[in-house]
Amino acid sequence: MVEPDKQDHPIMAIDRDGLNALIQRLAAEGYQVIGPRVEDAAVVLGPVAGVADLPAGWTDEQSGGHYRLVADGKGEAGALFGYTLAAQGWKRYLHPPRTRLWQAHREGRSWRVEAEAAPQRYAFLGVRACELSAIGVLDRVFDNGQFTDPGYAARRSGTFIVAVNCGRAAATCFCASMDTGPKAHAGFDLALTELPGEDRAGFVVEVGSPAGAAMLQAIPHGPAAAADIDAAERAVATATAQMQRAAGGREMVADAAGVLSRNAEHPLWEAVAARCLGCGNCTAVCPTCFCTSVEDTTDLSGEVAERWRRWDSCFTLDFSYIHGGSVRRGTASRYRQWITHKLSYWHEQFGTSGCVGCGRCITWCPVGIDITEEARALAESEGRT
Amino acid sequence: MDIAAPTIRPPSGDPMLPRLFRIERVKKELSDTFTMEITPADGGPFHFRPGQFNMLSAFGVGEVPISISGDPGDPELLVHTTRVVGSVTAAICALKPGDTVGVRGPFGSHWPVEDARGADVVFVAGGIGLAPLRPAIYQIMADREHYGNVVIFYGSRTPEDLLYRRELQRWRGRFDMSTEIIVDRATGHWGGRVGVVTKLIRGGGFDRHHSIAFVCGPEVMMRFAVQTLGECGVTGDRVFLSMERNMKCALGFCGHCQFGPTFVCRDGPVYRYDAIERLFNVWEV
Amino acid sequence: MHVEGLDRLLKEHPFFAGFDAATLELLAGCAANERFAAGEFIARAQSRADKFFVIRHGSVALEIRVPGRDPLIVETLHEGEILGWSWIVPPYTWSYDARAVALTRAVSLDATCLRAKLEADHSLGYELFKRVMPVLASRLASARLRLVDMYGPPAGAVGRQR
Repeated sequence: MVEPDKQDHPIMAIDRDGLNALIQRLAAEGYQVIGPRVEDAAVVLGPVAGVADLPAGWTDEQSGGHYRLVADGKGEAGALFGYTLAAQGWKRYLHPPRTRLWQAHREGRSWRVEAEAAPQRYAFLGVRACELSAIGVLDRVFDNGQFTDPGYAARRSGTFIVAVNCGRAAATCFCASMDTGPKAHAGFDLALTELPGEDRAGFVVEVGSPAGAAMLQAIPHGPAAAADIDAAERAVATATAQMQRAAGGREMVADAAGVLSRNAEHPLWEAVAARCLGCGNCTAVCPTCFCTSVEDTTDLSGEVAERWRRWDSCFTLDFSYIHGGSVRRGTASRYRQWITHKLSYWHEQFGTSGCVGCGRCITWCPVGIDITEEARALAESEGRT
Repeated sequence: MDIAAPTIRPPSGDPMLPRLFRIERVKKELSDTFTMEITPADGGPFHFRPGQFNMLSAFGVGEVPISISGDPGDPELLVHTTRVVGSVTAAICALKPGDTVGVRGPFGSHWPVEDARGADVVFVAGGIGLAPLRPAIYQIMADREHYGNVVIFYGSRTPEDLLYRRELQRWRGRFDMSTEIIVDRATGHWGGRVGVVTKLIRGGGFDRHHSIAFVCGPEVMMRFAVQTLGECGVTGDRVFLSMERNMKCALGFCGHCQFGPTFVCRDGPVYRYDAIERLFNVWEV
Repeated sequence: MHVEGLDRLLKEHPFFAGFDAATLELLAGCAANERFAAGEFIARAQSRADKFFVIRHGSVALEIRVPGRDPLIVETLHEGEILGWSWIVPPYTWSYDARAVALTRAVSLDATCLRAKLEADHSLGYELFKRVMPVLASRLASARLRLVDMYGPPAGAVGRQR
């Protein structure tokens, strides 16, 4: 796991060659490096072998139910991290959509159960501040003080994290009001801020852990110039300013937890249900939605049994099934469950909000249902905003 | 008296892996309900508290949450009563003595049996809801002198649907406990009561100010039972009930069993009523 | 005809708790002591509801006869409860069979006699109705709750069964 230790290290800088060296060094140390790349007209996360795989010159346009990749006109010379968020987050690597929990082999009338082998080690390149928070949230879910998910713990402890601070906010971003960004403060091994510049600008680097410090030592780097440190801070400040509601940005309403807990019965739920398709896209793209189901399988001979875990969504009717029928039969109660869990119950369960303000649920909702607007509508109906 | 629904720390190790148990005996209770007695293949004991549940696996078919219905004083024998409602429960009930079943557990909170010492204990059971209460009945009857009146109110659909028939007869014959049975409907051969289980509660037999009630049954039944207990002076801080949700992992990881801000697998299944009163009365939580 | 002690039997029954001595004596004028052996019918469906019973001891099954099946017991009544409200509702016929399940002791009140007294004294009528209504309400609630068939196998289940 990552230990914050950055006070001991001065702020350093690397250029693009340094970043390329970092990727190669990580690979050499046995990590599979996962980073942003352009695929299917979107920035997605996948294996990257070097800087050339990164989405240079691409930025994105996001709003309710809308995502578009936009060229910044500079091509290869453009920013590598000019986009805001990849379509899907890091959850799929730490908490895969489908994973085997164990395998059992028949031995007469009994079985021999085998746990899973150690997983692939990943290095994440380009983790945003909100996504770091989301990983912190998942850490609490899968180590809840009573039980630890051994698979998650193994994947998580082996992961090297390179955060990248945001110099721009999408219209769907609201991390500033969730206090989760746009700057990463902890939870990374290294954190980069891409410097605004005309051509192949470099990065200011902060060290977040001994592993990060060691990695930095292994690649070409130098101390950051005062002007570059200033420029990095201004970039982050720009992103913060873009999220201010007064400036046309997006904010989560204050005390969303209280608002949701007080309004389990409200006409709004039926109004949302009239628009919600119940597709579960929001739960798939949410970096903290963790719900799963299990499936047991056998091979044809019946000699090998396996248990697989796969992502599930509280938007499906089956999700709340108990013998006799589903508890949450209507879309209204399923949407209420999702947003109330995310913004309110989560605090009671894990001591933190389940929402980190990434805005993916807004972008990827086919009908553009907006978590911040729904919470705000409830708050306004209470006569206070 | 201030009693909370207690939780205890479960065993360590990989909580995803089932422990192997050998089927010793399968007894048909009702047309669709079976009681299974199993013993650990590794020979070690299995300790649990009344009201806790296990995840039972039929290898290659699936896993289901089933409450433990045996005697907590006998850690050598694990007893589960299961109603066949789908493929997994059917596969488990089709296992024969000598076959192997996977067990993870025990999980969840338990009936506050020790904390109820000194008080009258009122059990309100509906249908198969008698099964999760039975370990508490065993434990209290094994420690009888520490309790006041022990009263069991058991409601069932018809006389043919009564669980643990012979045991009920034994309990009815005892002088140190009172067992009242009522069925929703019956035909002419039934000499017992017909009506709703709440009517038994109104009949009393317990000290309204010094009673603890343990309630388990369908949610509708529990709703009315809690209301009637309240009318009879047993307030929500002395009423405990066992909630049913579809636990898939029992570890708090899968999200399926959420009941408001709680996970039934961890914070339940046994709750003190006043702690969940607000949720209990909202639809489709 | 005044039978010695019937007012005392009425006074001891929860249904009449709180009535003053004069009223109990008045009501006792309609009363008779009754005893039914186990299995004996106390009333038959469709017959004249010419009596109202307060059960002192024993238990009574209310049954509906279904051709080709055993009679269905829809409710049992016990010590401290009342039996019959058909005497209030025209045309004053019993809706169900009432059969003593065990030896049952009851006090009956003659319906014609009782109706006349309540008609003559509306305050008494109101007082009595205030005691009958909660009984009707709870039996209706009991019937409705059982209509849910809450212990039964799931009907019209939505979703997948495990």
